[in-house]
Amino acid sequence: MSAPGVERDGEEVGPEVGQDVGAENPVIEHRLHPVTPLRRAWAPIAVIFGWAMHDPDGTQRQLSRLTTTTLLIALAVVVPAAALYGFLSWWFTHFSVTGTELRIRTGLVFRRTAHIRLERIQAIDVTQPLLARVAGVAKLKLDVVGTDKKDELAYLGEAHARALRAELLARAAGFEPDSAHEVGEAPVRQLLHVPAGVLAVSVVLSGATWATLVGAVVVPPVLWFATHSVWTVLATALPLFGAAGASSVGRFVGEYDWTVGESPDGLRIDHGLLDRAHETVPPGRVQTVRIVEPLLWRRRGWVRVELDVAGSSNSVLVPVAPRAVAEGVIERVLPGVTVPRSLDRPPRRAGWCVPFWWRGYGLAVTDSVFVARHGLLRRSVSLVPHAKVQSVRLAQGPWERHKGLADVHVDTGANKTVTARLRDADEAARLLAAQADRSRTGRKEALPDRWMA
Amino acid sequence: METGTLDDAGQGGEHEPHDGTQPGEPHEPVWTGLPSGLLRMRRLLLVVWLGPLTIGLALLLGLLAGPAWAAFALLPLALLLWGWPMLGRNWRSWRYAERADDLLISRGVLWREETVVPYGRMQLVEVTSGPVERHFGLASVQLHTAAAATDARIPGLDPGEAERLRDRLTELGEARSAGL
Repeated sequence: MSAPGVERDGEEVGPEVGQDVGAENPVIEHRLHPVTPLRRAWAPIAVIFGWAMHDPDGTQRQLSRLTTTTLLIALAVVVPAAALYGFLSWWFTHFSVTGTELRIRTGLVFRRTAHIRLERIQAIDVTQPLLARVAGVAKLKLDVVGTDKKDELAYLGEAHARALRAELLARAAGFEPDSAHEVGEAPVRQLLHVPAGVLAVSVVLSGATWATLVGAVVVPPVLWFATHSVWTVLATALPLFGAAGASSVGRFVGEYDWTVGESPDGLRIDHGLLDRAHETVPPGRVQTVRIVEPLLWRRRGWVRVELDVAGSSNSVLVPVAPRAVAEGVIERVLPGVTVPRSLDRPPRRAGWCVPFWWRGYGLAVTDSVFVARHGLLRRSVSLVPHAKVQSVRLAQGPWERHKGLADVHVDTGANKTVTARLRDADEAARLLAAQADRSRTGRKEALPDRWMA
Repeated sequence: METGTLDDAGQGGEHEPHDGTQPGEPHEPVWTGLPSGLLRMRRLLLVVWLGPLTIGLALLLGLLAGPAWAAFALLPLALLLWGWPMLGRNWRSWRYAERADDLLISRGVLWREETVVPYGRMQLVEVTSGPVERHFGLASVQLHTAAAATDARIPGLDPGEAERLRDRLTELGEARSAGL
């Protein structure tokens, strides 16, 4: 799969690269924040610790053989070498912002240059892990289809990261190159804030929390009775408790203080108790939106809203909110879209293909979105704007054909496929043709990539 | 589902350049079948693999375990005899149509699938041809969009037609290009 927005080349770039683009408009190269070399300081310690844990007796023997002198010599070699490597990799990492690109030049031995085109930006994330918050630094990552972990700028000073985000968004929006860094932060209007109490209750009412907790409590004793081996029990119990913690406490900590805001730059999502994350999704980048309604939330009328942006790892828009509020947010995210009230079920004979669960399937098509529902206990409604449809497929198996049914798949750019299952075959064929037409007209009306131009 | 009437166009491996913008019936696409070379190749491969297997199995079992056991050699033979018409059916089911704004690909007999890919969504068009395909003068065209699930491949085309299709798709894709 190609990466349309990212161009990479492994070529050696001359030292004068910063000055070659137009004499009157030189590209200024920046370095990352000076604390950057420390970010991998824990890695060698972790390696040694892991090795010691892996073979405790061997470590004991090795340690008793060591004398203070050898230890000191080893330290005298290892610490400066690590420090030198850290310093050099920081020294040789540069980034610069041109009119159309963010350029990242890095690598000590293997040189690597990434040019990320700003009009292809799908989202910008500024994240601050706990230690980075203490140090007053932040990571900045541009989500473009095909970028990976290496393309993030870690770390920048906190104020610098915000200013850079504002400048990148201004340039991506199509402001003049000269005024781009004077535009500043766009004003944010808050759309939604999730109170901590509601979030805690929603985590408690999630099936995943209970499933992992029950697993963590039940499986280790059963294993103990079956094997009587401490190591087996520990080896299974630790990951299970880890998963239980991640799905309950981890989720609460990650989704704490969830704020969704709207600005001319697009959608702002801020969240986190210990690690803070600030995401900006420019207008027209959302590929699909999903409204998920777990069984236990239904009495309270709460829903969770997930979204897909190509190249972005975050997939939550609203962790929990009353349905009306969530739909209000969706209407801001996908302009001109109203979430349909009722969806068509498949015909009754669909019960022969998927007994019982066919009642959960549903479909609605409006002027602007393709909406499909699935799930009976945990309902999930997916919305795809017609302008985001990459391809439409109709699929029909032998048993489905016998019953005169067919599935319609709609593929989007975030590598998510939304499926309307078990429709009447004639209806599906009409839907296929109509959807192709709709997505064509939808594309013509879609916003340009540079949303301010 | 039989689509035999449409396939005759593909028999000779010669194609008039179709464009979906023909006046008259904007909703009825002009379908093109695949040239018969693909069917020939697939049937030959079927015979090449299953024919010697049948004979070898029959000889081996007949000599080592007795003539009754040799009846097991009927299994690949049955597969061969069943596969021959099945390949024909599958080949007849493949067809594609170039419309004004999108490409339609329809395929499959038991598991039928129809794909619509708008030209503006194409990220790249690939023409591939393996050694066996090259020997039979065949090439396949594959379209990629930003969605990996898009499965738009046309196998067994005449190389000239494949190149014409690639050029036309690229040209149309550029003219109608849209972002993500």
